[in-house]
Amino acid sequence: MKVVVLTKQTFDTEAKITLDAQGKINPEGVSLIMNPYDEFAVEEALRIKEKTKGEVTVVSMGGPKAQDVLRQALAMGADRAVLITPELEEMDEYTTATILAKAVSRMEYDLILGGWRAIDDGSAQVAGRVAEILGLPVVNMVIKLEIAGGKVLATREIEGGSEVVEVPLPVVITAQKGLNEPRYPTMKGIMQAKKKPMEKLALSDLGLTAEEVAPKVRALKYFLPSPRAQGKIVPGEPAEAAAALVRLLREEAKVI
Amino acid sequence: MNFTLTEEQELLRQTVRDFAENEVAPKAAEMDEKEEYDWTLWDKMAEMGLTGIPFPEEYGGAGMDNLSYAIAVEELSRVCASTGVLISAHTSLCSWPIYAFGTEEQKRKYLVPLAEGKKIGALGLTEPSAGSDAGAVKLSAVRDGDEYVLNGTKIFITNGGRADVYVVVARTDPDMSKKHRGTTAFIVEKGTPGFTFGKKEHKMGIRASYTYELVFDNCRIPKENMLGKEGEGFKIAMATLDGGRIGIAAQALGIAQGAFEQALAYSKVREQFGRPICANQGIAWMLADMATRIEAARLLVYQAAFLKDNKLPYGKESAMAKLYASEVAMWVTTKAVQIHGGYGYTREYPVERMMRDAKITEIYEGTSEVQRIVIANYLLK
Repeated sequence: MKVVVLTKQTFDTEAKITLDAQGKINPEGVSLIMNPYDEFAVEEALRIKEKTKGEVTVVSMGGPKAQDVLRQALAMGADRAVLITPELEEMDEYTTATILAKAVSRMEYDLILGGWRAIDDGSAQVAGRVAEILGLPVVNMVIKLEIAGGKVLATREIEGGSEVVEVPLPVVITAQKGLNEPRYPTMKGIMQAKKKPMEKLALSDLGLTAEEVAPKVRALKYFLPSPRAQGKIVPGEPAEAAAALVRLLREEAKVI
Repeated sequence: MNFTLTEEQELLRQTVRDFAENEVAPKAAEMDEKEEYDWTLWDKMAEMGLTGIPFPEEYGGAGMDNLSYAIAVEELSRVCASTGVLISAHTSLCSWPIYAFGTEEQKRKYLVPLAEGKKIGALGLTEPSAGSDAGAVKLSAVRDGDEYVLNGTKIFITNGGRADVYVVVARTDPDMSKKHRGTTAFIVEKGTPGFTFGKKEHKMGIRASYTYELVFDNCRIPKENMLGKEGEGFKIAMATLDGGRIGIAAQALGIAQGAFEQALAYSKVREQFGRPICANQGIAWMLADMATRIEAARLLVYQAAFLKDNKLPYGKESAMAKLYASEVAMWVTTKAVQIHGGYGYTREYPVERMMRDAKITEIYEGTSEVQRIVIANYLLK
């Protein structure tokens, strides 16, 4: 089976977010990681590869730094990588999905995997849009995946429970936490990663122009949440303090 | 000059850091408290290839360089110094001399399973009356037909008891006046009749690392297990320690880095007099000095590894790296406890463990005094 995995480089989960002078998110000094949900997708792809003697291609969009994510996936065991560097000022999910779909359309694939959302902007749109552009079905937030006879049996999270769906290949599947436990790259894997092919593409290599992928949505403003107010300690005897607390919750906080 | 790491070295650092933080760090305090190592961690490290980093793939290694190895030991020690020394003693003190001085047959038989992590290694050098004076070993090895018969004891042996393969330096020439020239190295397997373990040391730090006495009582080993030639024991031991010092220097560097990060984070959240303590210049300057000394230690450690990787002389530089990094580790961990105040003295925070762990790096694989002798000998020769 040929599996394509869409990956994104994101800020580390512990990164402290700040805004620069222009009011944009400041990437300086922030450590970057593979989007954790994409890591589940890579792991699942590798497991499928090991079972079916398949092939795994990882695709990412971003600047030269994004290569780190692809190298990590190659070190984990993926076979080849494609990095698309569009060098655009403004992008939205439409931009990203259009470019990724175009890149994937040039490949052979039976299955496309990705994280259900990226932990940075959290829009959860790209994989679904890629499926739409490629005319494929999509199953989101999958926590268990079985493949047999050209079909996929996917267990996905729904409100209050799980749902098992059957869908024919090829299909886009997005990974949710619980799908698997991603492996660590091995030292040998790290050494081999350099020898594996990494294709680097510009927008023009895909036959696309900046106008064609111009964003439909524009971010107007970024702002940080206001700092959390200090907690309040209600003093006094337990019974009195509890009564005071209830009054405060009702009248001041207006939560009960 | 180029101070940037390669892509592989960066990815290795990230990988080992993730592993160390996710798998090792949560167990470090308990392993220290119980003086027991969780060997499932060893199995995971073996699977990842951390048990044979600087050896060629044909011998079961990862085919990486010594700088990568130093980075891995640094990252493991950043959260757990016992794990750092486990890998360091296994790799530098046992696998390396077999790689450097062993016959092809010995490498196949011992290096491959060691590098693959199927076996654990240790070095038996120190004796009650042969510490810094390593040439004074008394443990005797007497030739008897196709065998050598070992009698005597080794003490303070890191990975002792648990290790499967031991490189043991013994005296083959009973004439003590021959000093170091009368010594020979042997490979001894755990389970060989006459080879048992004596007392387990209860230590101040690196408490999850096993330190045992080795007892040899008419222990017969085949002559094929001689490492190098007869009379080369001291030479092999000294060459091994030259490289081992890079491992211990990397361990010390990791301990210092870990303690510094703890202190830095704590200084930002701990408030006194209505503001975080890092807003006090006294604390801020301490942090600045800690970071600066750590960076200087890192450059020395990486330089020593770089020299070894490039087949350049590294004996002096590895001694400098070990001397400086271990003293930085002791200093930084002491300051880290100081910044934590009373809390730092309790086991609620990891810095007291790091301070206890740091001390051994100034002692084992050559005390700071021995490092100064080594360095001075290079300067004055």
